[in-house]
Amino acid sequence: MTLVRDREVITSPWPTAEIDGEVPILSLDDWNVRRDELRGGNAPLGIRLASDQGADTVADDVDRFSVIELEFPTFKDGRAYSTARLLRERHGFRGELRAVGNVLRDQLSFMHRCGFNAFEVDGEDAADQLRLALRELGAWYQWTGDGRPTAARLRRSGQTERVQG
Amino acid sequence: MYRYDEIDQAVVDQRVAQFRDQVSRRLSGELSEDEFKPLRLMNGLYLQLHAYMLRVAIPYGTLSAVQMRKLADIARRYDKGYAHFTTRQNLQYNWPKLEDTPDLLAELASVEMHAIQTSGNCIRNVTTDQFAGVAADEIDDPRVYAEVIRQWSTFHPEFSFLPRKFKIALTGAPHDRAAIKVHDIGLIVRRDDAGNLGFEVVVGGGQGRTPMIGKTIREFLPKAYLLSYLEAIMRVYNQYGRRDNMYKARIKILVHEIGAEKFAQEVEAEWEQIRHTATDIPPEEEARVRSFFSAPAYRRFDGTDAGFAAKKLEDRAFALWVRTNVVAHKQPGYAIANISLKPVGKPPGDATADQMDAVADLAEQFSFSEIRVTHEQNLVLPDVAEADLYALWQRLRDHGLATPNIGLISDIIACPGLDYCALANARSIPIAQQLSERFSDLDRQHDLGELRLKISGCINACGHHHVGHIGILGVDRKGEEYYQITLGGAADEDAAVGEIVGPAVASDELTDAIENIITTYVGLRQNGERFIDTYRRVGRAPFKERLYDAG
Ligand code: SF4
Repeated sequence: MTLVRDREVITSPWPTAEIDGEVPILSLDDWNVRRDELRGGNAPLGIRLASDQGADTVADDVDRFSVIELEFPTFKDGRAYSTARLLRERHGFRGELRAVGNVLRDQLSFMHRCGFNAFEVDGEDAADQLRLALRELGAWYQWTGDGRPTAARLRRSGQTERVQG
Repeated sequence: MYRYDEIDQAVVDQRVAQFRDQVSRRLSGELSEDEFKPLRLMNGLYLQLHAYMLRVAIPYGTLSAVQMRKLADIARRYDKGYAHFTTRQNLQYNWPKLEDTPDLLAELASVEMHAIQTSGNCIRNVTTDQFAGVAADEIDDPRVYAEVIRQWSTFHPEFSFLPRKFKIALTGAPHDRAAIKVHDIGLIVRRDDAGNLGFEVVVGGGQGRTPMIGKTIREFLPKAYLLSYLEAIMRVYNQYGRRDNMYKARIKILVHEIGAEKFAQEVEAEWEQIRHTATDIPPEEEARVRSFFSAPAYRRFDGTDAGFAAKKLEDRAFALWVRTNVVAHKQPGYAIANISLKPVGKPPGDATADQMDAVADLAEQFSFSEIRVTHEQNLVLPDVAEADLYALWQRLRDHGLATPNIGLISDIIACPGLDYCALANARSIPIAQQLSERFSDLDRQHDLGELRLKISGCINACGHHHVGHIGILGVDRKGEEYYQITLGGAADEDAAVGEIVGPAVASDELTDAIENIITTYVGLRQNGERFIDTYRRVGRAPFKERLYDAG
């Protein structure tokens, strides 16, 4: 498994801080047990949410985490896409949002648009994979919190030729 | 019709390039079939019993003559010279070769078409009324909203891995020709008391092994909020829809388990949070899309064309065709002409490449180059001058396209069944052929009147049997093909799920059993009422009693 971050590939829409070294990653259960002890500290901390543990479970604590890992137990389980958008767009999470588990190359661009900016993927060429995946689709119809212009916005400003086929 | 701009074209072109790369990785062995499967399914490429099948999206069932000609051309070059129109207003090629599919998709892209999201657990091709924009009873043109939904749902980053596939249908008219109540989301265009346009939102309808009629969760949604409201529904479903059992994963099960009221509350709460984000399109984008659907340059006519009226009196065959296949148009002097793809003894919904070319020519000559595909697997020329109907009919007849049976017993919907489909219990197409032969007498068909007969080869219900006035379902009885009959289903604004009349029958007894049902109806009907009205009045019992009578 290789961990690849989008800032190694393209500029991230999420201005996250550099992470030095390993950050301890807790499960939600661990966090719930140790919350009082850890909530006030400032040592870097991460948490890992299973796909059925939605954004609400950490809504009040997102500012405490440098990293949130969201699990894809299989590529078909798409709950973490919603969790990611909610963490970014509703709860204002600015740290590193990592996709872990069954993360396939052909899903990276979707994940990226939902707010993930780090990916645990198979293979040595993970950074190349991400670079390719992010280039494959250059035009989007939907608004998400990543700040990319939607088709409607490009049309309004007469910039449709900015899109490359 | 909507035309692509640079953005729309870029999206489909990029997709073709991406798929070309995926296919070459598969052909080189870099990807195994297991790894390739989710990728090909995102492009509508299925592996069937004998070959690959490619499903092409026909967004909301609208085609130009140029597109139809391209589809015919592809049928000749990449298939066996024909294609199959489906119950979701799409088109299927049953024999493409894997290595050809990237080129085939590139051909489609050259006429602004694609196979995006025709399979997989994503938002599928949105469907609507085949008479959109021309129906006399329409409140607003649903194609405008269907196109907006098409764009929004294309590669939606959050909703491409849902618990299960997801189907949205909408109608702009109170008379529902798009079966919206048996879709995951159904939208009905409404006006509020102040005259503003919006939608009634229906959620949780569906067919398959647990058929359900959708529930209204909002009486009136102002149209400006269409996308944020849809997004709220999708988000609730994506998070809470069941993923432990594929048979319980459709939104209808979630709505049923938590109740429509609770589901509506969840959606409203989510919508409150996002209704002021940039999810909805700005009014100028709606106006831009709407501008593509303005009415064509109709000729002016005063009243009904005298020649048309005379031809109906002179030519009985023409009059019969007009009676079933021609529908009122909102523009004086114009008519909507239905083209039946259900000739006696042929597979429902199939068209040869030559027939497709002929329809393209006729659309250019008589209907402002536009064609529609219906969920009943027929075609429509939406804008024909009454004065041209006779000439059109003669030309259709030359190509075997003038069967006068729209809405009658031989206008059968049937899924591909055991002839093609890997999931089938039983054959559907030969059953449809048998029945259309048995009831081929046109006078008898016209006497029986409106009768919706629908056949599915298994409980997945692709042939919509649950909502047929008469539904036929293929079941497996110790390796034998048997058929279960249901009565009383309907797909329109009075949608209902049919009831089983009795034990399943063997394939060689089926036609007689249907004959018995018809005979029972004819004996009971009053004042020319439709089959479905008789059934609703008298119920199941008399039909059940006589179902197995020997002929
Ligand atoms: S109803 Fe069953 S047999 Fe027919 S096409 Fe669908 S899955 Fe196949």
